[in-house]
Amino acid sequence: MTRGAKLAMLTAIVALAFALSLVAGKQWLPLDPDAATAILVELRLPRALLGLVLGGVLGLSGAVLQGYLRNPLADPAVVGVSSSAALGAVAAILYAGNASLVVFIAAMLGAGGAMALLAALTWRAASPIAFILAGTVLSSLAGALTAFLISTAADPYAVASVLDWLMGALTDRSLDDAARAIPPMLIGAGVLLLTARSLDALTLGEEAARSLGVRLGRLQALVVTGTGLTIGAGVAVTGVVGFVGLVVPHLLRPVFGHRPSDLLVPSALGGSALVLVADSLCRLAPGAGEVRLGVVMALIGAPFFLALLVRHRSRAWI
Amino acid sequence: MDLSFDRVGVARGPRVVLEGIDLTLASGRVTAILGPNGAGKSTLLKAAVGLLPTTGTVWLGDAAVATMDPTARARAIGYLPQAAAVHWNVLAREAVALGRLPHRSAYAAPSPADAAAVDAALAATETTHLADRPIAELSGGERARVLLARVLAGAPRWLLADEPLASLDPAHQLDILDRLRGVAGAGSGVAIVLHDIVQAGRVADDVLLMKEGRVAAFGPAAAMLTPAVLEPVFDVAFGILGGPHPICIPIERLGR
Repeated sequence: MTRGAKLAMLTAIVALAFALSLVAGKQWLPLDPDAATAILVELRLPRALLGLVLGGVLGLSGAVLQGYLRNPLADPAVVGVSSSAALGAVAAILYAGNASLVVFIAAMLGAGGAMALLAALTWRAASPIAFILAGTVLSSLAGALTAFLISTAADPYAVASVLDWLMGALTDRSLDDAARAIPPMLIGAGVLLLTARSLDALTLGEEAARSLGVRLGRLQALVVTGTGLTIGAGVAVTGVVGFVGLVVPHLLRPVFGHRPSDLLVPSALGGSALVLVADSLCRLAPGAGEVRLGVVMALIGAPFFLALLVRHRSRAWI
Repeated sequence: MDLSFDRVGVARGPRVVLEGIDLTLASGRVTAILGPNGAGKSTLLKAAVGLLPTTGTVWLGDAAVATMDPTARARAIGYLPQAAAVHWNVLAREAVALGRLPHRSAYAAPSPADAAAVDAALAATETTHLADRPIAELSGGERARVLLARVLAGAPRWLLADEPLASLDPAHQLDILDRLRGVAGAGSGVAIVLHDIVQAGRVADDVLLMKEGRVAAFGPAAAMLTPAVLEPVFDVAFGILGGPHPICIPIERLGR
């Protein structure tokens, strides 16, 4: 099968998953026409749109970070942007009321702060190693500050909604939420796509890549900006959704090849499909409420990933 | 286009690893760079590719390498690092095609000229039959040839290779040396770090001997590869094996 045919198939899967996300739920569509329009436009459509774009940027940023760090275990969490955005959002929920615009802005400020710190910590040595170290430190720092905020909070209800929010969900997001988050995610995705060729060159190591004309400083700026915009906006509106960025490039590597640039667009499509399907499953869980998206993602992602590891453990590249 | 070093020095922290390098490597010739471990051979190549901050200036023709546009520099100078790694299990052909990156305009697909250059580089290193195999499945020597093909595919004016013969069997060592001679014969410059003095004698027009970050001796191979010149550089006694090309071989350590 050619690459074009594989991409077409993946796109068809995304379209099916999008349609599933529109019709699936405690109330399956179609139902009576009046309620259908309300449910479709006000509840399911923003949710499906957010799932489509969020999944896409999670998959894409995972593929970019794995290529940039030349490490198949990298994902957006390692650079500290998601935990810093979460820190901003948690601070807003606890101390500035739970208005979605305020939470969004606070999370974007958190992501922006993380990007600025990352850039400041690594601009002298524009190397992936410095980047991953700075990101890991930043991630633990933001995690610790978040825990600190939660344990010193006065209002138990606010704490409950923080913990709920941290698990990540697309539930009850409005078209306003979608309209806020989708533009920065799309711009960030565009920035991330600019890294394709430099990521390929990095396959040969930093020195060979530089000898091929790659500007590591420019590449790092693209990675930081793109990740900050996509993941910052994603976390701002949906909370922390893990696993997609880690697992999707792995799933697609046997199909699309190992060259980093060949994985970017497929990983975006694969991420969209995965998030849309997982979010549909969230709604189908028994009980009155919904299971959180982050929870479903880990529940289906982890066993699948382990099976993959076992199957490929004899190979040099997992 | 010659490659000139004008009082080039490199320091890593307080330690000076290269000092007062003042010489010109000529295009169309093969220069072998020899010297004991830690003499600064690899550092010299990296300085020439613009990978390290230096004092002094490395000139490619009349352009200073350090301030050249990275893409223009990448087209002009091909660099094969020592013990080069490949971090993803790409196909051999994909790895070779990376050598064309500086020639491709931004975001354009590879052109027929790119494909032709990749095929020619695969053929030159006898790796055509490996082209569609994942790089992890190749032996060390096969991978080394594929990585050399990557540099050849870029058709650089200068080819700088750091120990390109390590991990090659004798037959492929000879093939690669012939290929490098061919590159120089076509008018490009070739500078290679070698450890094997015998192979240096076979391939080199000029020999640059380095010791402790400085140039110990530089000149035509025949004048350099003699026991009198080599012994103080390596602290080893050399003997001469007669034949069509007299060959210097190490006998024993000096000063012990």
